[in-house]
Amino acid sequence: MSDYSKNLTIAERCAIPRQPMPHQDPVERISNFNEVALGWDKDTAVEEAHRCLLCKTPKCVTNCPAEIDIPGFIRKIADGNFLESARILRASSALPAVCGRVCPQESQCELTCSLGKKYQPVAIGRLERFASDYALFEEELPIPDTAPPTGKRVAVVGAGPAGITVAGDLVKLGHEVTLFEALHEPGGVLVYGIPEFRLPKEIVRLELEVIQKLGVRLVKNFVVGRTATVDDLLEEFDAVFLGNGAGAPKFLGIPGENLNGVYSASEYLTRCNLMKSHNFPGNSTPVAEGGKVVVLGGGNVAMDAVRMSLRLGADEATILYRRSRKELPARIEEIENAEAEGVNFNYLVNPVRFIGNEQNWVTGVECLRMELGEPDSSGRCRPLPVKGSEFVVPAEMVIVAIGQSANPIVASTATGIETDERGYFIADDDGRTTKPGVFAGGDIVTGAATVILAIGAGKKSARAIHDYLGDSRWPAEILS
Amino acid sequence: MHTILSKKILTERTWHMRVAAPLVARKCCAGQFIMLRIHESGERIPLTIADWDRAAGFIDIYFQEIGATTELLATLEPGDTILDVVGPLGNPSHVEKIDGTFVMVGGGFGIAAGYPVARAFKEAGNRVVAVLGAKTRKLLICEEMLKSVCDEVYVATNDGSYGTQGLVSDVLQGLLDEGEDIRLVYPVGPPIMMKIISQMTLPHKIKTIVSLNSIMVDGTGMCGSCRVTVAGKTRFVCSEGIDFDGHEVNWDEMMSRQKMYGRQEAVALSHHHEHGACWGGAR
Ligand SMILES: Cc1cc2nc3c(=O)[nH]c(=O)nc-3n(C[C@H](O)[C@H](O)[C@H](O)COP(=O)(O)OP(=O)(O)OC[C@H]3O[C@@H](n4cnc5c(N)ncnc54)[C@H](O)[C@@H]3O)c2cc1C
Ligand SMILES: Cc1cc2nc3c(=O)[nH]c(=O)nc-3n(C[C@H](O)[C@H](O)[C@H](O)COP(=O)(O)OP(=O)(O)OC[C@H]3O[C@@H](n4cnc5c(N)ncnc54)[C@H](O)[C@@H]3O)c2cc1C
Ligand code: SF4
Ligand code: FES
Repeated sequence: MSDYSKNLTIAERCAIPRQPMPHQDPVERISNFNEVALGWDKDTAVEEAHRCLLCKTPKCVTNCPAEIDIPGFIRKIADGNFLESARILRASSALPAVCGRVCPQESQCELTCSLGKKYQPVAIGRLERFASDYALFEEELPIPDTAPPTGKRVAVVGAGPAGITVAGDLVKLGHEVTLFEALHEPGGVLVYGIPEFRLPKEIVRLELEVIQKLGVRLVKNFVVGRTATVDDLLEEFDAVFLGNGAGAPKFLGIPGENLNGVYSASEYLTRCNLMKSHNFPGNSTPVAEGGKVVVLGGGNVAMDAVRMSLRLGADEATILYRRSRKELPARIEEIENAEAEGVNFNYLVNPVRFIGNEQNWVTGVECLRMELGEPDSSGRCRPLPVKGSEFVVPAEMVIVAIGQSANPIVASTATGIETDERGYFIADDDGRTTKPGVFAGGDIVTGAATVILAIGAGKKSARAIHDYLGDSRWPAEILS
Repeated sequence: MHTILSKKILTERTWHMRVAAPLVARKCCAGQFIMLRIHESGERIPLTIADWDRAAGFIDIYFQEIGATTELLATLEPGDTILDVVGPLGNPSHVEKIDGTFVMVGGGFGIAAGYPVARAFKEAGNRVVAVLGAKTRKLLICEEMLKSVCDEVYVATNDGSYGTQGLVSDVLQGLLDEGEDIRLVYPVGPPIMMKIISQMTLPHKIKTIVSLNSIMVDGTGMCGSCRVTVAGKTRFVCSEGIDFDGHEVNWDEMMSRQKMYGRQEAVALSHHHEHGACWGGAR
């Protein structure tokens, strides 16, 4: 094929070391908002691609929620056919350049990679990023043909990963798709939650451009449940997909949580990412800055918030987490990045109340020390408080990053769509809700999860919506 | 893009604007608001929908120039555009036929914000009284508008230049003393006024519904910036309100949260005064 491809034996492939990802220097990067992981050049990507054993029954694929043809796209990189590699990725995922950056590969494809049994697994995520970036920045992938118009109209609610996937898949099948987004910018968590230094907004914009070129109509500033209800939409559209995400922030419900200087991670990150308050007053949305910043939680959201605070000039940024490092739910790469940037990690502590001054500004978090007990239902050890171990962590700003829950606006204004006790839509495997013609998927069904799971749910729903538009059938068991 | 259809100055720093927003006009009800963003680098600010025309597809807003964004808004002219308008947000006010008098107490922009609610209560067949407050006669807005939907309109000015000299609370006290059968009081305006009115009605056990104007970012329940404590529980004003029982609101917390960005707001205002004219915006 090309001059890139080498015919290597298994032993030779195993002997190639996993290629490292170049990073911006930690000292430098905490004073800018640019992407931390710099990406690979062609030679590095081709070298890494040659590590893949091109397994006949690839174990990596079985653990990929989007069932991407992993050996297929990696082989094309090894061959030097980067555009074809990107085409294979795009056939399974509307957002490969995003997934290559933010998927928890270590607990998905790279966890089951056969090479990983004895050696380090193939760096599947970094290869995915390389090939899809190539098609965004180097050589354009032709827009695929769409099927002839079917005359069917679909409303997709929420321009996050789930909604983008459904909209892209259905427009390719010839349906007329309108994507309704509440905010002034599409992308969901990818634009308001995940920071620029981890996922440049340009990437999200370019990926969205692809589905708009395919013919998806995007309507911003449209809050379903307020600007129109789901029932209103059903009068105009043949089917509705709800991909409105789990956008509501959770709070701890402990005293002092509404003091000034206490943020939900959603608010803090929305101010910084969507409203660009790091550029205040040029951008006119303010955000508190500097001083001692304490972040409560240990997931991706907490890592993003704490690293953002460093870039906004925090003198000291500290994570308080109930369990130990081993249980941190964040992507391992982001934990390492946070550590390199100088974030303090304070494990086995649980906040019990916030302390404030006369001006109602937060001055500290009172905490209890914890010890790990028996594993709980999630398999992680349950943290138990140590009696009498109260101590205060001083703070001028606290960010609560303990999870998101369902925003009730869509559900509370619709009829006949059942939710569970926490407010998530009840849906079958293909996203059918209890209301014929209405589908749902992504975080608003599963609870806060991952980008790739939202994409996977979107793909299944798109197929089911396509079937429904053909035969109008709604299985009886969902309705009962 | 939303075109400004007309603009009128009402007092020195208070404006009325008519804005094309067909999707909002189609659906809005009394008690709801919009968030608007003037240009690409602007902030999102909440403003109450004071009136609307569903067929013509416009809404009316009334605003006071108190900071960078509202000052910038005031410089726009008919024909100019506002980049983003989203709504209607918040829950519609609960309107019903009540057994007695409905009293809307308005201060500042709150007079215009309370207007659609007063009108809705009138349309529901109630006796509706409005008590309007201003520092001085020149600063009073929307009196005629309120007269057109109320049985009585009373005015209080601090300097006595018009109506009763004193505060809206003095007028409300007068109504209570005269034996007006008040069943529902609806104060809209500065939190301190809403707090005082709520404290006044508490011993009389008169239901008091307040429209809270806490600091917002998205206006859809996604961030928690607008949260307040009501009856000991944290509530999101934008998605669960904006109307709440005034007797249960933690006013001190609400008012201190409103001041959270005092320092930055001053910076924004002086930045606006220096650079205000050169944003690459709507015109
Ligand atoms: C800070 C942060 C970091 C994360 N990091 C990672 C990571 O590294 N890797 C990973 O895999 N996952 C990560 N996640 C999780 C991941 O982003 C989500 O699981 C994923 O975005 C869910 O996609 P979704 O389409 O279901 O919802 P969302 O991305 O939440 O999108 C929902 C969209 O619907 C819109 N919407 C909501 N209500 C309405 C309405 N009423 N009308 C119209 N539109 C509406 C919202 O504005 C939004 O645009 C992170 C999440 C956060 C918050
Ligand atoms: C539901 C609701 C309805 C409102 N309706 C009206 C109205 O009809 N007319 C009107 O004149 N004003 C209204 N307000 C207040 C209006 O939003 C603020 O005056 C405006 O945001 C000030 O912005 P600024 O940049 O000009 O001033 P800034 O200098 O930013 O702020 C001045 C003061 O306004 C308040 N404020 C600032 N930012 C916000 C924000 N994002 N959200 C809410 N308050 C903020 C703060 O208390 C601050 O001290 C409403 C507020 C809410 C929450
Ligand atoms: S399991 Fe690993 S080695 Fe095998 S095909 Fe997948 S990535 Fe390649
Ligand atoms: S303004 Fe964000 S939740 Fe109310």
